[in-house]
Amino acid sequence: MRTHARPWWQRALLTREMLTILILVAAWVVASAVVQGFDGPLTITYLVLDVAPVLLIALPMTLIIATGEIDLSVASVVGLSSVTFGLLHQAGFGLWVALPASVLLGAVCGAVNGTLVAYGGLPSLAVTIGSLALYRGLAVGLLGTTAVTDFPESWTDGATENLGESPWPVVTLGLVVLIAVFAVLLHATPFGRNVLDIGRSSEAARFSGVDVKRTLLVLFVLSGAVSALAGVYYTLRYGSARGDNATGMELQVVAAVLLGGVSIFGGRGAIHGVVAGVLLIGVLSSALRLEGVTVNVINIVIGTALVVSVVAPRIAGGLRVRRRPAVGQGS
Amino acid sequence: MQNAAPTLRLEGVAKSFGPVAALRSGTLVVQPGSIHALVGENGAGKSTLVKIVGGVHRRDAGVVELDGEPVDFTGPAEAKAAGVAVIHQEPASFPDLTVAENIYLGREPLGRFRRIDRRAMRAGARELFRDLGVDLDPDRPAEGLSIADQQIVEIAKAISLDARLLVMDEPTAALSAVEVRRLFAVARGLRDAGRAVVFISHRLDEVADLCDTVTVMRDGEHVSTDPVAGVTADELVRRMVGRAVSDLYPKVPSTPGEVVLRVEGLQSTGTFHDVSFEVRAGEIVGLAGLVGAGRSEIARAVFGVDRYDAGRVAVDGRTLRPGDPTAAIAAGLALVPEDRRLEGLVTESSVARNVSAVSRRRLARLGILLPDAEARLARDWSGRLAVKAGALDAVATTMSGGNQQKVVLAKWLATGPKVLIVDEPTRGIDVGTKAEVHRLLSTLAAEGLAVLMISSELPEVLGMADRVLVVREGRIVAALDRADATPETVMRAATPGASSERGDAA
Repeated sequence: MRTHARPWWQRALLTREMLTILILVAAWVVASAVVQGFDGPLTITYLVLDVAPVLLIALPMTLIIATGEIDLSVASVVGLSSVTFGLLHQAGFGLWVALPASVLLGAVCGAVNGTLVAYGGLPSLAVTIGSLALYRGLAVGLLGTTAVTDFPESWTDGATENLGESPWPVVTLGLVVLIAVFAVLLHATPFGRNVLDIGRSSEAARFSGVDVKRTLLVLFVLSGAVSALAGVYYTLRYGSARGDNATGMELQVVAAVLLGGVSIFGGRGAIHGVVAGVLLIGVLSSALRLEGVTVNVINIVIGTALVVSVVAPRIAGGLRVRRRPAVGQGS
Repeated sequence: MQNAAPTLRLEGVAKSFGPVAALRSGTLVVQPGSIHALVGENGAGKSTLVKIVGGVHRRDAGVVELDGEPVDFTGPAEAKAAGVAVIHQEPASFPDLTVAENIYLGREPLGRFRRIDRRAMRAGARELFRDLGVDLDPDRPAEGLSIADQQIVEIAKAISLDARLLVMDEPTAALSAVEVRRLFAVARGLRDAGRAVVFISHRLDEVADLCDTVTVMRDGEHVSTDPVAGVTADELVRRMVGRAVSDLYPKVPSTPGEVVLRVEGLQSTGTFHDVSFEVRAGEIVGLAGLVGAGRSEIARAVFGVDRYDAGRVAVDGRTLRPGDPTAAIAAGLALVPEDRRLEGLVTESSVARNVSAVSRRRLARLGILLPDAEARLARDWSGRLAVKAGALDAVATTMSGGNQQKVVLAKWLATGPKVLIVDEPTRGIDVGTKAEVHRLLSTLAAEGLAVLMISSELPEVLGMADRVLVVREGRIVAALDRADATPETVMRAATPGASSERGDAA
């Protein structure tokens, strides 16, 4: 039997992910031609620095959405980890202690979500809307309206400085490593296969011996830990630990993941599509910002793009069904 | 009645989906007051034909007439309005509505102030059930109705719509013997009232029992139409597969070895009690009984997808952790579950991914799973089981039930199991594939695999099993050797209220 029904180039090019990549390239080309100052080296620097937290969080979010679940508490974990990092620093702990401690706290936050979803059998949407409020409340409660800002310059500079003379920030290296790790995890490990199977049919996965509950717990813990890491980065990048850091970022993350071709119903998605989705949102925002467009309008654009990306496949699917009724399964 | 126009007449009806011709030349003439069997292998075009009659698909060519009038339905609603009702194998009903509400959904009798007249609705439903000769409470919610009762509700609905033609698409596949008898009584009542019934089934004994005329289809074409009395089952099978199927149950004799699976005092309150049995290497043990007797539940508990309250399961003498399928698989258990599409495979996934689903961990090198390893395993096993698919990345939804079942079997055999539990291994699959599955199970047992087979088809159990355990109301009530197992002994043990000596389970 043949391994594939279609030749390799069709399988590589005719994908939902490739569509996002094409739109990203088109957006880049148009912005470079039209937007004054977009083609400068600073664009790359700021693009990477700006999208880094969203990109980080989008990686585990891809896996969670691929199982058909969702984690809306990520931005609150960013806030909570930022505050923890700041308070530990204020209390005199070294940042090499504060960093892992904050990430650990994020993992615990994720474990709480994961336990309630996987072992409590509760819908992740409800659980993580609850913990969104809970973790944000804790973050703001711990630090009030004040901020911790006196971080050592070696750390804050490290979060923003470039690789030698290149326009690429040092953090790019870390991002690339994590992207690779998550891409391998989703696409080339038994664990990743199980994740997609759960999204397609968790019942069938269970009957194949997949520990669905443990898999979900692991994903939520990963999501919490990576969100906390993003929280530390966010703190250093802006040199400020605040309880309201990254408020509302969960929407950008979910938007990027869905724009990247991950099905909100679970069962399909790819890391390279999500990276393109994150960059697409980044390019749109920075181009519009350079044009002097306000944040509200940028949100409208991103929101519209998100709705279209969710609705379009449905419409396209509907049209395909109309033209060619589903192949009869015989009698 | 015979001289009037036939209720349904199809002549040379064709339908293609893209390049695939699902129906080349569908011909079927159904007289009023008759029960007409439509038989053929999976993929013979029966479902497509039914979907054209039911208005789901539009034909590309050919003639469709109802009572002599040409019709061309553009949707199921038109077909319904013209008096065609299709009763599906597993009807969809609204679980939160009552039985009566389901029957009258969308056309509720209205009383004063246009309020729904529940009294009239209830009375109407009660009268329908009385005419059908069944005992169903119109006020109970549809949730929890057995499949058999859901079908009765669908039939009642069809009659209240004054359907002239009822098409039953494999209605008995999931029914117990008692339920089948009731359904047949209902069908005969419809026939005697002058309605036309089309009955699709893979079970030829049922066709002989119920129908008066039988039409055979093969490869999308009409093969023959005969009075049932004038044609033998063997002849029908030969026409369906286009070749002689010498033996549907090719039982290879084997000598049972050591006990591999031992189940002791297994109990799940309210479902099954004190279930003890063992399966030896090289042996096929049949688990017979009525649908709902608890056989599938026992299998699920043994495999670990369901929990149990007491008892133990051991493979090769080692006790398994309850409720842990991963441990069960590691110990050498495999379960081909009852519901192929929901539990057996991930229908959205490809053949390759489904076949390798359980073996992934073993295939991975240093935690990395290469597509090559996956494809090699899938090609190997789908070749051995003669899975028919365009390519290894073909999605399972596009495949016939028989091929899907082969994929599920391939998935488990690839794990190299010691015990294979198969739950209704041939439900809803065609005669040709059925024989292939039987041959496979028989060969595997001869090679030393321990097989536990649940089946509601008595001929299958009797034809394949070395020993038959009969489950009734959650208990093993009889253990019969191959020589002692006859339809009578098994059914007597399986049926509540029938006298039976309690045999000790072994």
